[in-house]
Amino acid sequence: MTLLETIVPVAATGMFSWAWLMIAIPALAAALLLLGGKALDKVGPTLAVGAVWASFAIGLALFVSLLGSPVEARAVSVPLYEWISTGQWTITAGLLVDTLSILFVLLITGVGGLIHVYSLGYMAHDERKRRFFAFLNLFVAAMLVLVLADNYLVLFVGWEGVGLASYLLIGFWQHKPSAAAAAKKAFVMNRVGDLGMTMAVMAMLALFGSSAFTAVNHGIGQADQFWATLIGLLLLLGACGKSAQVPLQAWLLDAMEGPTPVSALIHAATMVTAGVYLVVRSHAIFELSSAASTAVVVVGTVTLLAGAWIGTSKDDIKKVLAGSTMSQIGYMMLAAGIGPAGYAFAIFHLLTHGFFKANMFLGAGSVMHGMEDDVNMRHYGALRKLMPWTFLTFAMGYLAIIGFPLTSGFFSKDHIIEAAFEHSTLVGSLALLGAGITAFYMTRLMLMTFFGEKRWLDGVHPHESPRVMTVPLVILAVLSIVAGAVMNGWIQGWLEPATGAHPHEVSWLPTPIGWATMAVVAAGVLVGWLVFGRKPIPTTAPATVNPLTIAGRNDLFGDAVNNTLVVQPTMMLADGAVGVDQRVIDAGADGLATMFTNLSNRGRRLQSGQVRRYALGLVAGVLLVGVLMILSQLA
Amino acid sequence: MTTENLLILAAVIFTIGAVGVMLRRNALVAFMSVELMLNAANLAMVAFALARGGLDGQVASFFVMVVAAAEVVVGLSIIMTIFRTRRSTSVDAASLLKL
Repeated sequence: MTLLETIVPVAATGMFSWAWLMIAIPALAAALLLLGGKALDKVGPTLAVGAVWASFAIGLALFVSLLGSPVEARAVSVPLYEWISTGQWTITAGLLVDTLSILFVLLITGVGGLIHVYSLGYMAHDERKRRFFAFLNLFVAAMLVLVLADNYLVLFVGWEGVGLASYLLIGFWQHKPSAAAAAKKAFVMNRVGDLGMTMAVMAMLALFGSSAFTAVNHGIGQADQFWATLIGLLLLLGACGKSAQVPLQAWLLDAMEGPTPVSALIHAATMVTAGVYLVVRSHAIFELSSAASTAVVVVGTVTLLAGAWIGTSKDDIKKVLAGSTMSQIGYMMLAAGIGPAGYAFAIFHLLTHGFFKANMFLGAGSVMHGMEDDVNMRHYGALRKLMPWTFLTFAMGYLAIIGFPLTSGFFSKDHIIEAAFEHSTLVGSLALLGAGITAFYMTRLMLMTFFGEKRWLDGVHPHESPRVMTVPLVILAVLSIVAGAVMNGWIQGWLEPATGAHPHEVSWLPTPIGWATMAVVAAGVLVGWLVFGRKPIPTTAPATVNPLTIAGRNDLFGDAVNNTLVVQPTMMLADGAVGVDQRVIDAGADGLATMFTNLSNRGRRLQSGQVRRYALGLVAGVLLVGVLMILSQLA
Repeated sequence: MTTENLLILAAVIFTIGAVGVMLRRNALVAFMSVELMLNAANLAMVAFALARGGLDGQVASFFVMVVAAAEVVVGLSIIMTIFRTRRSTSVDAASLLKL
């Protein structure tokens, strides 16, 4: 396999040397909001929203500037300062503004900005609103560090930063034990992935003496293939943790305990896609190791089916969307693992998914807002008349995710399925199957939420959300529809400087596989309607013996697997260690001490206080010494 | 007066002192027995000095006397204090310093 040529970054000039402001502004706003105290309760949220849009403005200016540059200047490195300098290594903290990272910047700050605005309405009555916005801004800053970093170590700083923000925001309603536990779970499972990341970075430093993307991409070509496989697999482990891919998927469903804007921003649109970004960014490594890239394909395929499976059987609207997120990220992983043909499609799908999934999560939040924070879809029904804006925007997201012709998901997902078929028929068929299941569970969600008859709980009066929430929905809905058509055919060429050139025809007319996909999707929708559209839906989940449904309702027993394979053995190991500590080490030390105590108790009887007895002891001692001396003389 | 006789005398006096310390309860008598032992040691040293024709032993015995004098000062004052508080000079009675 030949290494694709990516361009060498040029030094920053002019506007690009101010790129760090994109990170600094939200970071500063977060610090202000956290340290500012109650004085900022009123103005704080607005400040946070402004900070994100300021970053977006800078990002947009840089994007336009990159658009105007010649192709070979479409990667700009912005060195900031020398971060770590030891005898062997000098690590400079620097930013890399290229065609890949700028798309992420626009996604993070654009979608993030819309979600900030939405949160103004969604969190209006929360008394810890200022803290919420501070955490959101912290997240945006960390995520920008992640995508703008020019080396793996700085990327890792952002990687951990988004992990922290995710932890803080999942557990934002920490008075709920379930939220606190979910935050902890997310944090711990992410640590497992981070282990892979840290080991990969250490291997890079040991092999190449640098963790910069350019140095690693250059060095890996000369290194042994073993190292490419090892680093690739370690990076994949990190990506699995952050992107909730099998086998580290279990935290994402619980992460839905966080406020809904958080689910939309962090656990759908941006943070969970960081794994895909990592794989695409490290494409030079994965291209050199077929083992590592095959592992990526396998992980992606398994996850896209597992997520879709979970999505079909959940009643919690947010968990259906979370399963769907897993599944869609599985598609991206699959595309990224396919190789040069897939990178642009992975990023393409990532962007369109960012739009339509954020749209649907915010729509779900809007529904929950009107339904007294009830998340059970069996208590919904017939909401389309009462929440027209939410319904319409959600419907556009729905069309986009199932891949209705000419919506954004249609373009991005079809490309992935086609590339998968080119890669292998098996993977392609599974991806096609996933598309059908996606259509099925999204149809189920739509029918249960917006159609049928009302199954509301007593005292619930559904109402449309305020405009501050619906306007972001409308913008995202429009993007969900048009983004695909706008970027189709353009994004591949645009990403070439970052991911390498690869000729691939993008046709506007559906190929045979495209027709097949449409047929499968139509079948999925039809089955969904046959099962859930024709008869009333029970308000409690019906008991079932269908093993598929039972497995889906239990998150495919992900927690049980983790418990048996990891938690129980770890607990047993810990219990064993405690036992050894108490029964062997402590007992040994205690026994020694007891022995000396007993000995001293005997010995202290010699100390009687009787002077005459001491005198006797002295004389006896002297006599003994004398006798011994005499004996030794005689001998 | 041979050296041998002197040493025998010193040993006898030392033994009397040692037995006195061990057997007598009265602190003053025990104290006097200690003095006997010291003097027996002095006698032995002087006897050796005489036999060897050197002055070392005699000088050492002066030191022993000085130390004994100082010891008497300290020891007698301790015995006085004990007697004042306990109305007794029995060493067996003063056995509080123990574990």
